[in-house]
Amino acid sequence: MRIKSQRDFWSGLMFILLGLAFAYGAAGLRIGSAVAPGAGFFPLALAVLLTMLGAVVLFNSLTIEREGGDVVGVIAWRALIFIVSAVALSGWGLQHLGLLVTVPIMVVLGSLATGGFNWKDSLANTVLLCGLSWAVFVLWRDMSIPLWPVFF
Amino acid sequence: MEFLAQLQLGLQTALTAQNLLFVGLGAALGTLVGVLRGVGPAAVIALLLPCVYWFDAMPVIIMLAALYYGSQYGTSTAAMLAARRGEALPVLAGAQDAQKTGSALAIAAFGSFVAGCVTAFLIAMLVPTLANWGLTLGSQDYFSLMVLALAGAVVLASGSLVKAIAMVVLGLLLGQANSESGVALNLHPMDKGLAFVVFAMGVFGFSEFIAKVANLPTGSGADAVPVVRLRDMVLARVQVREGAPAVARGTALGTLMGMLPGGGAALASFAANTLERFVAKDRVAAVGQGAVAGIAGPESARNAGAQASFIPMLGLGIAPNAVLALMVGAMSMKGMQSGPQWLSTNASLFWGLVASMWVGNVLLLALNLPFVHLWIQLLRVPNRILFPAILVLCCFACFSLAGSDVALYWVAAFSLLGYALHKLSCEPAPLLLGFMLGPQMQAHLHEALVSTQGDLSSFVTQPLSAAFLIGALILILSVVLPSVRKGRKQAFVQG
Repeated sequence: MRIKSQRDFWSGLMFILLGLAFAYGAAGLRIGSAVAPGAGFFPLALAVLLTMLGAVVLFNSLTIEREGGDVVGVIAWRALIFIVSAVALSGWGLQHLGLLVTVPIMVVLGSLATGGFNWKDSLANTVLLCGLSWAVFVLWRDMSIPLWPVFF
Repeated sequence: MEFLAQLQLGLQTALTAQNLLFVGLGAALGTLVGVLRGVGPAAVIALLLPCVYWFDAMPVIIMLAALYYGSQYGTSTAAMLAARRGEALPVLAGAQDAQKTGSALAIAAFGSFVAGCVTAFLIAMLVPTLANWGLTLGSQDYFSLMVLALAGAVVLASGSLVKAIAMVVLGLLLGQANSESGVALNLHPMDKGLAFVVFAMGVFGFSEFIAKVANLPTGSGADAVPVVRLRDMVLARVQVREGAPAVARGTALGTLMGMLPGGGAALASFAANTLERFVAKDRVAAVGQGAVAGIAGPESARNAGAQASFIPMLGLGIAPNAVLALMVGAMSMKGMQSGPQWLSTNASLFWGLVASMWVGNVLLLALNLPFVHLWIQLLRVPNRILFPAILVLCCFACFSLAGSDVALYWVAAFSLLGYALHKLSCEPAPLLLGFMLGPQMQAHLHEALVSTQGDLSSFVTQPLSAAFLIGALILILSVVLPSVRKGRKQAFVQG
């Protein structure tokens, strides 16, 4: 069997997996009936519907011919990895590494994501953003975050 | 004369120093977003959401609104300038010298300005009427109206219909997780407002940056932009005479397109472009090559469409597109329940918003004509500086709202999901509309079922509800029919 639309194949698979995951989550709740729905009724019904729609998308991707196979195309791995890790790190960093360590890490990750990293600009940007975020979040918003790493 | 008194009150509110500052801020940010191109207003509004709690409702709402219609001015301006850089454009391929670029800029900006002012007036006229009508609707009618809105969003999403429907269902599911049953589903230890912020920041904000960051224009492009002086922007009488009817057509069509479920600025501009080609049948080539009507029509429709999409949102609480859905979310973060009752409880906010649109349009006219070179200079700021700044400030703002690192892990996860959806050409707008409308629909469904003791037939026996459901059915069927399918495909290729 040949995949005729890469994009639809993967989205179908994604919808099915998400549908099953939600159905699994909802199965633990009281289902009830259509007249007296329990907490799990709507999530379960929607999850089943999503799985079915995913199956339709998957089926279409294997049967309907597309021009050029509808390929997914180049994935921006660099931007994806650096941005997602910077976002995920930011909260933990603020709690454990402090503002003055988190900002430079995020500046470096952020400029690596754009592919235009250089030391001079990053240093200037770090100084600027440390000052700005300290003024906005600590001074104005009164946020209680450490400035330096806390070890305990 | 109550109408005039209300407007006067609104103007007084909009002209206070604080509100003026926020309109200006929104207009400037919007212009920047539009001029930058690549990243849309929805992404920027999504990333600004955590800051909504920092200010009062009034300045926040008028700023986000100004950002949305301001980005339409910016888009026009960038398009007029880009024509000079030799990029392929639907309008104005023939503008060669500064004089032509100048008059193109002026036509686009004045067209947008007129459209914006007229549409703000229409908002003031139509929203109270719509809200009054909305108050008479029963829960069956509301449920069906929302089904119609979702059907519109599905039909107007580009790409596969089944995928768009699946996106709505996924949105409804995530919306479920966001309501009471979500706590039991154990999806996130967050309150409602926070879950919305985290979802929007990931799926609409950062994922768009991931997708676009490699292709965003950087400083170097600014050098190629011609120097356009103010005297280049003076319009000849014949241009005004040719442009005025096109502006009128664009405003009317744009307003209509903006109010449609799934509609907004892009659809309005596309429809007006088609209309101008149709009107100028004997001059088809001229519309493509920078004829006045070919600029004035689509550009004024773009702004009219952006502002008109506020009408169903303010009047009925139904957002026609992703940007307005984010606005609904921002309003609910400020403790406001959107719906037909919104107007009566927030009258001063409404009139302030309407008046702020006039103020905003005046500011935008200034920002996009005399100060056009300021924006070109701003484009010189390289991404490696600008981008980490956005990343740091938005993540920290989200942390300051959540107070825990868990929220940021969710933002990261939703960014991944958003990027996956982007690569698989699943449009996120139906997802967001499902997410926003889901809990409301469930409430109306529940209410309807309780009042009729579980009898589902009331949805088709009540005339209005039945009409909405039939409308939704026709919308869906119209796309499935092969002849329309072809035309729709072409429309998206061109748009």
